[in-house]
Amino acid sequence: MPVRGSREGAYLDEQTELAFGAPPPGSFELGSRRSHLLGGQRAAVVSSVSTVVFIGGVVALFIFAPGAAVVRHTFFNPHDMKEAFLGNPRKGLYSVGKGLVVNIEMFLIAEVLILFFALVIAVLRQLRNPVLYPFRKLAVVYTDVFRGVPLIIVIYGIGFGVPALYLKGISTQSDFVYGVVALVLSYSAYVAEVYRAGIASVHQSQVAAARSLGLSHWKSLRHVVLPQAIRTVIPPLLNDFISLQKDTALVSTLGAVIEANRAAQIDSSTLFVYSSYTVAALLFLCLTIPLARFTDRLIARDVGRRLATGGAVR
Amino acid sequence: MSTPEDAPDPGGAAAPPEPPPAPSEAIRLEEVHKSFGALEVLRGIDLSVATHEVICLIGASGSGKSTLLRCVNLLEPVNAGRILLWGHDITAPGVDENAVRRHIGIVFQAFNLFPHMSVLRNVTLGPIQALGVPRDEAEEAGRSLLRRFGLSEKQDDYPDRLSGGQQQRVAIVRALAMRPRIMLLDEVTSALDPELVSEVLDVIRELATAGMTMLIATHEMGFARDIADRVCFLDEGVILEQGPPKQVFTAPSNARTQQFLRRIVQAGRL
Repeated sequence: MPVRGSREGAYLDEQTELAFGAPPPGSFELGSRRSHLLGGQRAAVVSSVSTVVFIGGVVALFIFAPGAAVVRHTFFNPHDMKEAFLGNPRKGLYSVGKGLVVNIEMFLIAEVLILFFALVIAVLRQLRNPVLYPFRKLAVVYTDVFRGVPLIIVIYGIGFGVPALYLKGISTQSDFVYGVVALVLSYSAYVAEVYRAGIASVHQSQVAAARSLGLSHWKSLRHVVLPQAIRTVIPPLLNDFISLQKDTALVSTLGAVIEANRAAQIDSSTLFVYSSYTVAALLFLCLTIPLARFTDRLIARDVGRRLATGGAVR
Repeated sequence: MSTPEDAPDPGGAAAPPEPPPAPSEAIRLEEVHKSFGALEVLRGIDLSVATHEVICLIGASGSGKSTLLRCVNLLEPVNAGRILLWGHDITAPGVDENAVRRHIGIVFQAFNLFPHMSVLRNVTLGPIQALGVPRDEAEEAGRSLLRRFGLSEKQDDYPDRLSGGQQQRVAIVRALAMRPRIMLLDEVTSALDPELVSEVLDVIRELATAGMTMLIATHEMGFARDIADRVCFLDEGVILEQGPPKQVFTAPSNARTQQFLRRIVQAGRL
């Protein structure tokens, strides 16, 4: 009788077509080519070289492109950039920096309203009460429409359409208000869907457990499903707010000087100097990058906790 | 622990199934059918459970044990047949399912604790939200129940801090906090590591001794033999055989029961 596993190093045992015993010698060594490239120091060298080559290429593009000098002058003129940031009343220049403050105000007000309004829409779609049937359908239509229409059109519609109605008290609001309303209408449709995905991610067994305790459908939603759903969707929500933060710039199309982008527009239309746009872009990055890093950290923490607890999340 | 009879009536006057004085028939299933799409899981179940009786449902996976329990708790609507609770048809239209569930506790195989709540809040959610018990009263009662089942120290922990056995004991306490008259246990030890099974079984044993009416779906045959007043063998959605555990386990009359038990013995589970 043949001894099982006696043919060390063979890939397959001929009789059973199964592998037994120790694998062939050298099975656990890295191949020569891969070991050459990997390892701490070598990796550091390779990544440095690749970074230098890449950045060098981009810089070279800016230096040697045919229109490079003009672009540097119009987009990266230090004097113009400073002037755009502070504003210059004598030249009729608005301050991009001050405009940004309005932008942040608008963003914060819109965000709070969106978080609330979107949650109402998402919950409405979950409720079973027959009385709410028309509202449920309305919520579906609302999310379909406002997710499908570009934000810029919503802004035009509200900003130019509502004043044209000459409604008392409604048609006389400032562009700031119209802008916030347009942002809330558009973004709530997206955020409602994010909430809904979060609600769907809560396992059905959680609902069964809540209902088995005699909790009504609404109370199960309120105490068991929503708290877990909202925890799950915080990172994607933050992601949406990063894009909301920069989309507030679109409200500038309404014509009032209400934020950074608009200030930049006036600069460029009068002087054909685009450095103010660069300033606006840099200021936006100063706001969105910390938000993005914060989101990353939340996601990492969430993943860490899932790993640590084998799937259960507090 | 008080026996179920002298627990205060938690449902209030509006609850349809008013438990009449024991002894009587607590649950009665008549020709219960349940399908999921084309798959008929329960194919005519008739079963009568007396108050204080402990019934173990045994049978292969997919035989309909869990579905039967979920139907009794109205988590699944039945397609045909009736379920009576102390003589009240709870499958009839117009029955307040929340009120029915307040009298029937269910414990699930996967515990289904609320991961975002502390142990104490898991236990008090039902009494506070479904029964309208004031928070401090509910917490007092919850703490004393947890103490009774050796979980005092865990009351402020979140479920993910507990072992599987502890989680399942909390799930049992959560159901008991509603002061149910009936407990349904759905393979409550199947998800546990072997060394954690006995702590959960001990709790169930205690409930049985106290007189709780229980329907238990289980794969723990030794436990079923010890605790059950009656064992029902389910096969493909019908109760093929039922009787005292001694009779079903030692002298099964049905060929399918014999086959099932032979496999259990071969697997070393009996």
